[in-house]
Amino acid sequence: MAVVEALTQATSPGVPAGRRAAPSERWGRLALLAPSIVLLLGVFLVPLGIMLWRAFTDPHPGLDNLTWYVGDRVQRQVLFRTFTTAFKVTVVCLLLGYPYAYAMVAAGPKLRAALTLLVLVPFWTSLMVRSFAWVILLQDRGPVQHLLTALGLGHPQLIRTNLGVIIGMSQILLPFLVMPLYAVMSTIDRRLILASSSLGAHPLTSFVRVWLPLSLPGVGAGSLMVFISSLGFYVTPALLGSPRDSLISQQLYTQVNVLLQWGRGGAMGAVLLVVTFAILAVLMLSIRQSARRHTKASEATSIEATSIEATSIEGAAR
Amino acid sequence: MSVDVSTPGSPSAQGALSAHGASITLKGLTKRYGTATAVDAIDLEARPGEFLTLLGPSGSGKTTTLNMIAGFVDVTSGELLIDDRPVHSLPPHKRNIGMVFQHYALFPHMSVSENVAYPLRQRKVPKAERQALVTEALRTVGLAHLGHRRPQQLSGGQQQRVALARAMVYSPRVLLMDEPLGALDKKLRDSLQLEIKRIHGELGTTFVYVTHDQDEALVLSDRIAVFNDGRIEQVGTAEDLYERPSTLFVAQFLGESSLFHGVATEGADGAGVRALDRTLRAGRGHARAGEPAALVVRPERIRVHPIDGAAADQAGVDQSAPAGNAVRGRVRQEIYLGNSRKLAVEVADGTQVLVRESAGDLSGSRPGDEVWLTFRPEDAAVLPATPSHDNTPTRTAN
Repeated sequence: MAVVEALTQATSPGVPAGRRAAPSERWGRLALLAPSIVLLLGVFLVPLGIMLWRAFTDPHPGLDNLTWYVGDRVQRQVLFRTFTTAFKVTVVCLLLGYPYAYAMVAAGPKLRAALTLLVLVPFWTSLMVRSFAWVILLQDRGPVQHLLTALGLGHPQLIRTNLGVIIGMSQILLPFLVMPLYAVMSTIDRRLILASSSLGAHPLTSFVRVWLPLSLPGVGAGSLMVFISSLGFYVTPALLGSPRDSLISQQLYTQVNVLLQWGRGGAMGAVLLVVTFAILAVLMLSIRQSARRHTKASEATSIEATSIEATSIEGAAR
Repeated sequence: MSVDVSTPGSPSAQGALSAHGASITLKGLTKRYGTATAVDAIDLEARPGEFLTLLGPSGSGKTTTLNMIAGFVDVTSGELLIDDRPVHSLPPHKRNIGMVFQHYALFPHMSVSENVAYPLRQRKVPKAERQALVTEALRTVGLAHLGHRRPQQLSGGQQQRVALARAMVYSPRVLLMDEPLGALDKKLRDSLQLEIKRIHGELGTTFVYVTHDQDEALVLSDRIAVFNDGRIEQVGTAEDLYERPSTLFVAQFLGESSLFHGVATEGADGAGVRALDRTLRAGRGHARAGEPAALVVRPERIRVHPIDGAAADQAGVDQSAPAGNAVRGRVRQEIYLGNSRKLAVEVADGTQVLVRESAGDLSGSRPGDEVWLTFRPEDAAVLPATPSHDNTPTRTAN
């Protein structure tokens, strides 16, 4: 969620970051955070540490597991496939989610409630249930295949393919894109569009030059959520995909649960973690860079601005 | 007050940015939302280069009218002409109108210069010319040095100046303003009013300005259209409206008024109203005889004559009555205002009549005193008490 925050804050450089709290106040806040910190440490960070530890110790201390992973052509292919699948899912979600979020903002209150419910109901439904539902829909001689055949689009294989995985994952991850995008879009002042048209811009130009740039923070936040969630998806690819098209989480499962190669599993997890962090870091840095450029300009000139305002009032009064 | 805010380079700014204002004609213009009528068959004309203000309380239809001129709101019926050309079917971006919004509506992701350049880009103005025009427009509003900033880094007043520069940089023939100073504090509002007036003088563009602030309307406008309940009550110069209001609404909305309620009469000597057991005479009026009406006088046109209490009791009330329009009352309240004072005088039917005395001409009466109030018939008007739009709409100076 910190990612979302960073992305959305970047657009409003005029808004000052939260003020510094007094030391006692800060300890008070930390105390309130203690239960969740303990929980995160105990059930997330410690197991993560153990996993990483095993990557370099199990069965022998050293870099054996890592060299195996980097050296294995199949594993490299799987890693690449995982990232391209995540990318495709993100693009599909974006293509579906952007107009959807726009419709939510543009709709009247009743339609908006209906559209919101339509996004959230699947979101509240168990991941397992939804994945199985897709198995039924996409199966050979299933409803989707029938429909495509009836439409004269041939007899495409959907289940046990990468396409099927992308379809299922896109549907499941769509709310993660729609919700942040909707949140950002609903803060856009729609009078800006009126202003744009009064200034002579065609509606399409208004969209491209005003609406789209202002909605980009939502696009960034939502896409990142979808992309990163896609990287670690297990249930849906396992049910809808085939072992030939497996993603990293399936390989990881095989290593740990079937082959009992805890060390190799740990190494795979470590690589996924590092690559994901690297992508995040690059994105965050570029966002922070652009945000810093804005704030620097404002800090340097805010004093000047007030003095100019004062002199112009005097000038006008005279 | 003289308006002399010379900006460096304003002569060339005049050259680059001035435009001949267009005329705007509204004929029976109507906007209905379902069964509710927001604007009810109004007729109005803005002359080329004129500063026309649409004044009225909120919900009176003035903003809806402005939005119809801008093209943001569809016209239900009636005609809307700019330079005698019907525009009601043109989308906003084809009307070549400048618009300034109450909350500035500056593009937050563009710098000040980019904001001002935006309409020029839409018009495919070449880059060199574009830059020159942007610089001129920002200079005209006194912000030439802030072009590189983001709108959020400017104060409210500065943002509204940028909005103004953006709306005029392409020399539209009509500039619409929707309560542009509504979000600013009083001092800033006053200074920006003068600046808007100066810019109007420099540009020669037709300005249509929406406000609910009567002082702002008086300062800025060539003419004012007073809106009430989706209709125009009266159109005229500030002086027309203040000195010769044609409806009770205008009399009460613009400045302060003292009212005497009664029944209209018609005599050989002009209009009158039968109120407080006497006939009060007015120089003008258009109420029908026998119908409820009110006689309207501006508080500063009423004179106060203290009554010597003991003498009045002995001689009987009316013997001390001055000639002409005279009403007896008791001073209830006094408000000291420095250069003047206001008195609230209660008359026989319980009405509080407002009187304003200038500091150089005080009657010396105190709260509790019995007084005579007198006024000249030529300072008074008899206006129908029923809402004006049951009668034929009246207009002056058009």
